[in-house]
Amino acid sequence: MNLLALLKSKLLAGRVNKAAPELKLSRRSLLKGSLGGAAVAAAASSTLTSKATAFSWDQFFQKHYKELTPEEKKKVFARIEGELSQKYKRKVTVDDPQPIEGTKFVYALDLSKCNGNRRCVEACVKENNLDPSLAYIKVLEMDRGGLKLDAGDRYYDRATVPAKDKIYLPVQCNQCDNPPCVKACPVEATWKEDDGIVVIDYDWCIGCRYCQVACPYEARHFNFKTPEVPAERLNPNQSYLSNRIRQKGVMEKCTFCLHRTRKGQYPACLEACPTGARKFGNILDPDSEVSQILKTKVVFVLKEELNTIPSFYYYFG
Amino acid sequence: MRTYIRYWIEMLACLGKGNRTYYLWMGFLSVLILSGIYAYSHQLRFGFIVTNLSNQVSWGAYIANFTFLVGVAAAAVLLVVPTYVYERPEIKKVVIIGELLALASIVMCLLFVTVDLGNPQRFIHMIPPFGKINFPESILAWDVIVLTGYLLLNLHIPGYLLYQKYRNRPASKRFYMPFVYVSMIWAISIHTVTAFLFSGFGSRPFWNSAILAPRFLISAFAAGPALIIIIFHFMNKLSSQKVEKSATEFFSRIIAYTLPTNLFLFMCELFKEFYSDTLHNLSAHYLLFGIHGHFMIAPYVWAAIVFQVSSSFVFIFPAFRRRHNLLLAACGLAFLGIWIEKGMGLIVPGFLPTPLGDLVEYTPSLVEFFVCLGIWSVGAFLFTAFSKVAIAINTGKLAKKNLP
Repeated sequence: MNLLALLKSKLLAGRVNKAAPELKLSRRSLLKGSLGGAAVAAAASSTLTSKATAFSWDQFFQKHYKELTPEEKKKVFARIEGELSQKYKRKVTVDDPQPIEGTKFVYALDLSKCNGNRRCVEACVKENNLDPSLAYIKVLEMDRGGLKLDAGDRYYDRATVPAKDKIYLPVQCNQCDNPPCVKACPVEATWKEDDGIVVIDYDWCIGCRYCQVACPYEARHFNFKTPEVPAERLNPNQSYLSNRIRQKGVMEKCTFCLHRTRKGQYPACLEACPTGARKFGNILDPDSEVSQILKTKVVFVLKEELNTIPSFYYYFG
Repeated sequence: MRTYIRYWIEMLACLGKGNRTYYLWMGFLSVLILSGIYAYSHQLRFGFIVTNLSNQVSWGAYIANFTFLVGVAAAAVLLVVPTYVYERPEIKKVVIIGELLALASIVMCLLFVTVDLGNPQRFIHMIPPFGKINFPESILAWDVIVLTGYLLLNLHIPGYLLYQKYRNRPASKRFYMPFVYVSMIWAISIHTVTAFLFSGFGSRPFWNSAILAPRFLISAFAAGPALIIIIFHFMNKLSSQKVEKSATEFFSRIIAYTLPTNLFLFMCELFKEFYSDTLHNLSAHYLLFGIHGHFMIAPYVWAAIVFQVSSSFVFIFPAFRRRHNLLLAACGLAFLGIWIEKGMGLIVPGFLPTPLGDLVEYTPSLVEFFVCLGIWSVGAFLFTAFSKVAIAINTGKLAKKNLP
């Protein structure tokens, strides 16, 4: 690999890929070059960025999602479908399933079952068209004898799970009832829907990252570059507020797979879990599985003292 | 109207005339500004991948400099208060310099916020009626509002006073005094709101502190006057307007109170963190000693503490602070010390360790470095230009010629 290519790969791959264990400990020395790398990348990868940097007046003057009329929505979805179908050379559909009346989604996770295999992470990345450097679900490996979030290790090797004397705690968006991220957003680009899901209008987000600062669960993720989703992995069934391909410079997060769950399916992470640790359903339905768990098990939420009122419960089954 | 247009033309013409030092200085700044624009163009094109920010450390050098400069902008009120409230004549002559410093700082603040946006072209999403501003819930919305207000106030007051002086007309108090009083309170508000931006969330215990706003104000009232004393020094050396010694003495006496108080408040924070010894002190631990071998920020913070302690001695003892060169060195150290402490020393540890216990260190990338340098250069460029024109008007060199 020549020097230029090395610089380029360092620039484009190294930075955001914080999921790689070896990068966790890497100490970046002051001013260790990015400018040179950027210049090289500019020369080398014009194909990669030409579409990403294309400026669209339609999008510039596009209204906030909540203010779009049905006709305007149709136009916007058609524009996005067109752009994506062209980019990925396959048919992409974009819709926006609405919250179902009388539904509030709740997740419950059985910690005595989870063995840290990270199948949920994999399925989530695929379902939600995530850039490989991002993951909505973090699984923390901890010593038995407590739940010390500060001592959790998210970079453990999954080949050896479950490791002796370790427990595993998957964390994703808690879809809080008192969400600090929604309060933080200066432009109302993120809000809580009637079924409890906190969503983001990717076309409205200005990318200030204040919601990321406000979130105590590290549930919000920033697009440091135009996401690169391999075409063969692309999920073409997309929804405006959830798994459609994001742009660079906007936030994204777990939406409890609203494009599935609002159509009566389970979230992708639940379906992928081989241990049966994950339970999901409507808390307003007294007969649902999650309602039964909340009634019969001892459940808890993360960082209860912060009063975020999560819709994501943990229990020991 | 015609006079007003000619006023602007003459001001711009005034900027074109200067000695060699002036041309070299402005040329130097222009080069830095251009390199900043070049660096920023990379960020626009490739995204924040060219910075060293991460999903763990969301904010870095941009917000650190922003926070510090809000303080400098607020501290300019210090020049205004003694002038109008205590009627100190020697400061009245330079009050406009303080207001112009506030103006230049606010412009830098707004630039730093803008370059920190992932989608800067969407700023219109904040402006009603097309946009939606999340007011009063979002403190960032508050910050945008108070900063814009402060910008307008500091455009109006010096703008009006200079224009009247240019036209040889007395300034009517009705047109500026109400704004002066408002701007004093407003100055406090911009830094308070900026502190609330950090202290408002339980997710970051390091910032979730009631004394963050007082700390911000006190440190601003040390760093601001330190910068002003340095500016006075250069005005006396390079311009036709001389600043009296008593003005410098006045500001160094203020720093003699504010700088040690800033250290005291910092110590109060550290006591709370370390004596209670809860897990919430991990950030403070990282700040001062590092965690698990991650101690990138610690040497800088210790340097900041040494700078502030040593310069405090100079300001406290009159025998020291009256030695001009020693005073200048102390001002430089105090300014630098506070810049580190409330800049990177405050922002980065707030993120580390992360709420779920990760630790990814941060130092600015080359792109971030040049963008920051470029914005500081914009500030220096603007301030030099503002002062040059203001001094020319104040000393009567630039005035409306009475045409026959």
